[in-house]
Amino acid sequence: MTNTLLIIILLGLMAIAYQLGVRRSQKVVGGPSGVRALHSLPSYYGFFTALWTGLPALLVLLLWVSLQSGVIRDLVVSDLPEAVRSLPDAQLGLVINDIQNLAQGNIVSGEVSPAMEQASAHYKSLQQTSYAASFVVVLSLAIMGLTFGWRRIAPKYRARNRVEAAIKWMLVGCSTIAIFTTLGIVLSVLFESIRFFQIIPISDFLFGLDWSPQMAIRADQVGSSGAFGVIPLFVGTLLIALIAMLVAVPIGLMSAIYLSEYAGSRFRAYAKPLLEILAGIPTVVYGFFAALTVAPFIRNNGELLGLDVSSESALAAGLVMGIMIIPFISSLSDDVINAVPQTMRDASLGIGATRSETVKNVILPAALPGIVGGILLAVSRAIGETMIVVMAAGLSANLTANPLQSVTTVTVQIVTLLVGDQEFDSPKTLAAFALGLLLFIVTLILNVVALHVVRKYREAYE
Amino acid sequence: MSKQEQIRTMDRVNATLKQRYGRERRFRRFGFFAVLLGLTFVGLMFLSIISKGYSAFQQTRILMDIEFTESIIDPAGEREYAVLSSANYAGLIKQSLRALYPEVKGRKEKRELYAIVSNGAPLVLREKVLADPALIGTRTQLWLPADDDIDMLIKGHIDRTVPESERRIKDNVVAWIEKLEADQKIEKFFNLTFLTGGDSREPELAGIGGAVMGSLYTLIITLLLSFPMGVAAAVYLEEFAPRNRWTDLVEVNINNLAAVPSIVFGLLGLAVFINFFGLPRSAPLVGGMVLTLMTLPTIIIASRAALKAVPPSIREAALGVGASKMQAVFHHVLPLSMPGMLTGTIIGMAQALGETAPLLMIGMVAFIVDIPGGAMDPATVLPVQIFLWADSPERAFMEKTSAAIMVLLGFLIVMNVLAVILRKRFERRW
Amino acid sequence: MLSVTPDTAIAVPASVIAAGFSPVADESRAINGTVGDITVADPRMTARNVNVYYGDKLAINNVSLDIGKNEVVAMIGPSGCGKSTFLRCLNRMNDTIDICRVEGEIRLDEQDIYDSSLDVVPLRAQVGMVFQKPNPFPKSIYDNVAYGPRIHGLTSSKSELDDIVEESLLKAGLWDEVKDRLDETGTGLSGGQQQRLCIARTIAVAPEVILMDEPCSALDPIATARVEELIDELREQYTIAIVTHSMQQAARVSQRTAYFHLGELVEVGKTDDIFTNPRHRLTEDYITGRFG
Repeated sequence: MTNTLLIIILLGLMAIAYQLGVRRSQKVVGGPSGVRALHSLPSYYGFFTALWTGLPALLVLLLWVSLQSGVIRDLVVSDLPEAVRSLPDAQLGLVINDIQNLAQGNIVSGEVSPAMEQASAHYKSLQQTSYAASFVVVLSLAIMGLTFGWRRIAPKYRARNRVEAAIKWMLVGCSTIAIFTTLGIVLSVLFESIRFFQIIPISDFLFGLDWSPQMAIRADQVGSSGAFGVIPLFVGTLLIALIAMLVAVPIGLMSAIYLSEYAGSRFRAYAKPLLEILAGIPTVVYGFFAALTVAPFIRNNGELLGLDVSSESALAAGLVMGIMIIPFISSLSDDVINAVPQTMRDASLGIGATRSETVKNVILPAALPGIVGGILLAVSRAIGETMIVVMAAGLSANLTANPLQSVTTVTVQIVTLLVGDQEFDSPKTLAAFALGLLLFIVTLILNVVALHVVRKYREAYE
Repeated sequence: MSKQEQIRTMDRVNATLKQRYGRERRFRRFGFFAVLLGLTFVGLMFLSIISKGYSAFQQTRILMDIEFTESIIDPAGEREYAVLSSANYAGLIKQSLRALYPEVKGRKEKRELYAIVSNGAPLVLREKVLADPALIGTRTQLWLPADDDIDMLIKGHIDRTVPESERRIKDNVVAWIEKLEADQKIEKFFNLTFLTGGDSREPELAGIGGAVMGSLYTLIITLLLSFPMGVAAAVYLEEFAPRNRWTDLVEVNINNLAAVPSIVFGLLGLAVFINFFGLPRSAPLVGGMVLTLMTLPTIIIASRAALKAVPPSIREAALGVGASKMQAVFHHVLPLSMPGMLTGTIIGMAQALGETAPLLMIGMVAFIVDIPGGAMDPATVLPVQIFLWADSPERAFMEKTSAAIMVLLGFLIVMNVLAVILRKRFERRW
Repeated sequence: MLSVTPDTAIAVPASVIAAGFSPVADESRAINGTVGDITVADPRMTARNVNVYYGDKLAINNVSLDIGKNEVVAMIGPSGCGKSTFLRCLNRMNDTIDICRVEGEIRLDEQDIYDSSLDVVPLRAQVGMVFQKPNPFPKSIYDNVAYGPRIHGLTSSKSELDDIVEESLLKAGLWDEVKDRLDETGTGLSGGQQQRLCIARTIAVAPEVILMDEPCSALDPIATARVEELIDELREQYTIAIVTHSMQQAARVSQRTAYFHLGELVEVGKTDDIFTNPRHRLTEDYITGRFG
């Protein structure tokens, strides 16, 4: 809350700085009548002063906030008794959690020792010092900035150019967030994955046929080896994605063809948005639908046919995922089909081809690269889809191609490993990041290839 | 071409014509069938959810004679707050139930009788007494919520005709309820608790109020962060960026991020925001930040399209009268493309509202009873609430889940309609 | 007439006007408001009182015209005059446009092509079409030409198909240029070659009539000359109707010329007569370059 107050004060200071800047710019040219002698409009001098007041202060505040907790933590740890400091990282983390909870007045797991009391008091005082210091530093910086900006105002001073340059740098900053996000994803999953591969060899991970992470809790336990073979997860993921594609591709593609080549404009006007509703439904709703409507339906009907269907069959999850992907395929196909020039259709129809012959022999071959690109994107989506499989697919890692059996997927395992109580450094938790890395790499490759294919296709007809 | 040859050709054309038209018909039917199938799925989902969920908007209540006996509530008679707030209100209900069914004897049967009223009913009495201590010593008739099993029975989700061993409610309880029905002392009311309450282990007390507030805080954070940043990034890329490798890199990144699985963003949030920066788990602030990173590509792509749609002549006109490039963009281009950007933002927000997986990663999946009061309080969001309830075994939670989905879909439909209206209203042909 | 240079073709009527020639000398021979004789002795296609609407808008107003056997009919007129619309009526390509509606009667060898029992697929095999922009399919040269025979089932063996492809390419004057690279994609050819490929594709299904919608508008002068030569050669076997923007082209390739203006057929007659001796003022204004 202290930071919120500080930000409000800063904003107030910036408003004042704006007014001061405008006044001074008018004053240096002898009143409002002389503004034509200024290089820029008075408001730019106002913005200039306000930017000098706010920007450096805000940057420092941001830096402060992001580093504060780390620094305080280190200071507190260095003051802890030697016995505690030499604990392994995972347990030390728990101790620090307790200290923080104690300092915030929350309930603490376990007993509170005097050492802990002391540490939490230390933590609290450090925190208060930090807040106070940040207050002083940030505010004095703001006032220094204000003075600096205010004093630079002169008739020939190019305030507009300066303000515009500052704005431009802010725009540049915003545009680089995409890169930082990608970087953040890569680094966050990479570091944890490397730690994971130090415990479990990467070859065991990539080529192992068994997945049972529940085993590995502590090194000294019996059966501690735990199995982290990713193959069954991947087979499960691909099985479900394949079922989804078998549903989505024919239905999506044929709907797109029907709607763009056959349907009357009225039918199209209603059917297309209705189909696109499917794209707007949250995945958790699909998951609910799969788990409580489709899975029991398949199970009951399978039993009637004498089949042994698991209640968490791959078929139910895949089927519903297919439904989810229909609008994705159909709108992408619609785009590429419409990109095929009308002259192609005319040429084929003009020679006496029927519509379906035109579609099959001319439009689809011409649109094929684009459609393939769209299907690749859809596969990437199916592989990365989480909620449907978490709710409707199983947890046991069966290595099977039978769609009536229960399989598990990469995303399901990430969720099960990370939801609930976790020790941050156990191989179990780290395995989730390794799976995340794998998922990221696979979908990245699919996306890059697909986007490349689609773009090449668009260029061919532009 | 001789006439002879021509006739020969036409014979050949006509020979296969029937077959070709057969194929044409089949192809066309296949296409129509595909569209129909897609529409059936839409209908099926809505039907299945609405038919399961509409009843959750009603709550079964039982009309009870409550005697606010002073000796039970406040034996000392000093009306102290501490005494009143911790009094044995459940005792009042038990007393009333015993009076209603004097024939019930035996400990086991009594326990079954007490269970027909919700665990939340004493709280209702407590509120009443705290608001008006003068009630003590009087006698009133009150509609109190029934237990979720009774609720299911009244709503017809429990079949009374199947053998006793196959249903959750025993015959003696059914008989009590039938007596209440005959006396018109059990009715269905509009369920306000469902819309305003927080989560609960008791289905009849559980509400989506907490989750809706959590979603609201999360979305506000997402909007505050993603809209300005998305627009700024789009303006830079579309209006100022030089065509070089750096810009290409940015663009490739944006396109890829739009297709990265959402759960990976959750991993990023967990590793960076929570473990590295030490932000609190389960907080809407962190949820909003993660969703910001997810929705940014959508907003940037839509905003760029909106900027592209503004013809260059507008920019040239502004530059021609001596505006700087920045002024031309901020005074003319940006206002003209704002409707398109807002449409894209609303669609991005709708995506963010429905997103579940990344929020599971950052701990917004905890069981939280209190309604969050700010962006730093532990909270859950509507889709995660749906996920949590969908996992609960009670039959009554299935109804709640479907109803929560209806509310979520309602919000999404409103947002999408808003986007369509905005697009239609400000659509401009140059 | 084919040797007439553009300059003289335009210069002649100008001198006629200078001599005080009345623009419409013979009103009595006009049918449906059209000046000149719309009929021919040996018609392949006959159009009578054709109206075309796009939605509510009348695009073609009461046009009647015969297209004779083994002749090239040129349709000229300013942009938007309806000449392309009329051409597209002749093999019902307008069916592909939802809002387009055709009234009147068009016959191919006595068969009403707008009869409800008539099938457009064989009709379009009989009346082929070449489009404004060369539009080869993104397939090999061979597959482009073989497309029509394949879908219509015209051949029963590979060698028969090979023969048709070769013959069509020969007729289109493209064989020598492409015979060694039939497997290459058709879109890799030059613009003029592409258009001749499209003509080969059209004649591969042995049509009776070929409709050409400004076939040279996207080509350079040399390629245009080549296609024009081809049109003249094809006349011996096929009936051809060509829409063109260029009066010189009409003068060079056609035997009869029809002048369209604002959806009406203003004047029709022998090409030599139209260009040397236009009878309607609008025709005269157009060919002397006052508008268009």
